[in-house]
Amino acid sequence: MKSVADPAGTRRNRWEREVVEPTLRKSPERKGSFTTISGRSIERLYTADDVEGIDYDRDINHPGEFPYVRGIHPSGYRGKLWTMRQFAGFGTPEETNQRYQDLIAAGGTGLSVAFDLPTLMGRDPDHELCLGEVGKCGVSVMSLADMERLFEGISLAGITTSMTINSPAPMIFAMYLVVAEQQGADWKTISGTIQNDILKEFIAQKEYIFPPRASMRLITDIFAFCAKEVPKWNTISVSGYHIREAGSTALQELAFTLRDGLEYVRYGVDAGLDVDDFVPRMSFFFNSHSDFFEEIAKYRAARQLWAEAMKHRFGAKNPRSWQLRFHTQTAGVSLTAQQPYNNVVRTALQALAAVLGGTNSLHTNSLDEALALPTKETATIALRTQQIIAHESGVTHVVDPLGGSYFVEKLTQDMIDGTLKYWATIDGMGGMVEAIERGYPQKEIAEASYQFQRAVECKEQVIVGVNDFVQAGEKPIAILYIDDTASGVQLKRLAELKQSRDNDRVRRALEALQDVAKGRGNTMVPLLECVRAYATVGEMCDALRDVWGEYEEVPVI
Amino acid sequence: MSQKIRVVIAKPGLDGHDRGAKVIARALRDAGMEVIYTGLRQTPEMIVAAALQEDADVIGLSILSGAHMHICPRVMALLKEKGLDDVQVVIGGIIPEVDLPKLNGMGIHGIFIPGTPMQHIIDYISANARARV
Repeated sequence: MKSVADPAGTRRNRWEREVVEPTLRKSPERKGSFTTISGRSIERLYTADDVEGIDYDRDINHPGEFPYVRGIHPSGYRGKLWTMRQFAGFGTPEETNQRYQDLIAAGGTGLSVAFDLPTLMGRDPDHELCLGEVGKCGVSVMSLADMERLFEGISLAGITTSMTINSPAPMIFAMYLVVAEQQGADWKTISGTIQNDILKEFIAQKEYIFPPRASMRLITDIFAFCAKEVPKWNTISVSGYHIREAGSTALQELAFTLRDGLEYVRYGVDAGLDVDDFVPRMSFFFNSHSDFFEEIAKYRAARQLWAEAMKHRFGAKNPRSWQLRFHTQTAGVSLTAQQPYNNVVRTALQALAAVLGGTNSLHTNSLDEALALPTKETATIALRTQQIIAHESGVTHVVDPLGGSYFVEKLTQDMIDGTLKYWATIDGMGGMVEAIERGYPQKEIAEASYQFQRAVECKEQVIVGVNDFVQAGEKPIAILYIDDTASGVQLKRLAELKQSRDNDRVRRALEALQDVAKGRGNTMVPLLECVRAYATVGEMCDALRDVWGEYEEVPVI
Repeated sequence: MSQKIRVVIAKPGLDGHDRGAKVIARALRDAGMEVIYTGLRQTPEMIVAAALQEDADVIGLSILSGAHMHICPRVMALLKEKGLDDVQVVIGGIIPEVDLPKLNGMGIHGIFIPGTPMQHIIDYISANARARV
């Protein structure tokens, strides 16, 4: 990118002086400074000068070639489109099963399970903290019996399933494996993803149960188990989505998420695994927020940073370890309760940014995101949005269409440089677990979210329909209202389950789990027996709470 | 001399999405109020105990999970039981329109959905908090 460079900046200076300044005297710019939604300052113009230090072959390279800035697939979306994976779950397993059947019929190409808060927190519905929470934010899964109901009539050999589950990931994954086994599906060939990313729970979403080091052990146990038994399973989805939703900037999302990824690799290596045996099955999950080019630069930078770190920091030799694969979800936090139809447009732009950034799978939010879980109609529009980008816009015809844009390449490089600075700080603290224990990423995010809110309050940041272009007398739209029927059903089922199963077998299985947890064996093995005995998620988590205790955070405001 | 308004900001239930609770806690503090943030996973009993212990004038509940119709009645009943009827309860989060009359009926009138300006919440609390003697 050197042909039109202007190293001394003389051409640029002349343009500013002779062309821009006279224009500004007549008609000044709308603002004194322009920034991204993350507060990054943006220049008026980007030219060859801005990318002068970038060596195309070394730093960018063609798609499918190290360091993969332009994508991990040589043919981009000309070969395979991204997976259209819509996150869904509510009420009883039967209700969610019906929604899955609808999504598959509408052309969805992968399932994504949203669990309710009791399941996510490893509590059975009869615990006092579950008051009003059963089946509300996702589907309630208490035991193997619910997992059987959830996938009734859906062949696990024929579809990939992503499950957003973190602290109780090993328990839920064990249930999925047993259902697959019941269906006659081969563990060696089934595929899907468990989120299984505890670090971002401590940092952002706060659905943690056990202390950090015990939690990290559960994760490395899954790495080791899957490397042998379920080789096509994506064992972790290292997530920036929640970090961003909690209020981070785009750069913080990128830097903290990838640094979390490095932490998992380090713990895996320390547990005796070979990098190339488990890193190829690690995947990532990013947010797509509203600042179009900043998001695209973020994804491009992510691939470069991961490739470099795996090759040089960890000495990975398998190219699959270098290739960062990621899922994207459009930014729920950007959607508004006011004038909700505008959210379709926001989501379309965010989805387009994810596609131009080369996402491997995508969830688009529904227009009623700020009001409730989606109705069947709004979930369909969200899926259609992806199909329109894929089949009508033409952006899928060419690989990395923005590659070579002075602006996008400069922004990509800035994202890389900024991330390396954050990494140096976190490395200096001893690693991400240590940084979390000191509250470092939590404080950075709390500060960024407060600054963003201030910018909204004083209208530095315009949100259409919220702090500008406001409309009085809006009519409410119809939403999905989840009542307490599911809670009643699940409570009754829980009581019946405890009557009908072999409780001796459950007790023995839970004791065996505790023995392994106290020692060094792989926890997946006793967990599979607990699941087959129909132990509940709450019982399995309680057994481990007894051994490891529970994490409590010191809140940072 | 007027004393500072004392506000307990609480996250009831299992949900960990605390961005809103933390931003509002800081905004109320910057507006000159005394703010106590309980942290996550509080039962109604814990929240009312905190309000009693902290001599709170206002309780702000942040609920995004859909559990508000269970948590709010319990908090209101416990406040009554402890003789804290004059503590103003406000809620923020994802609250469907159909629940508003029921919440008003329990005595909760400050209900702030996503997109509410912080200044609006500050003004509401300043105008409605019980008078401090």
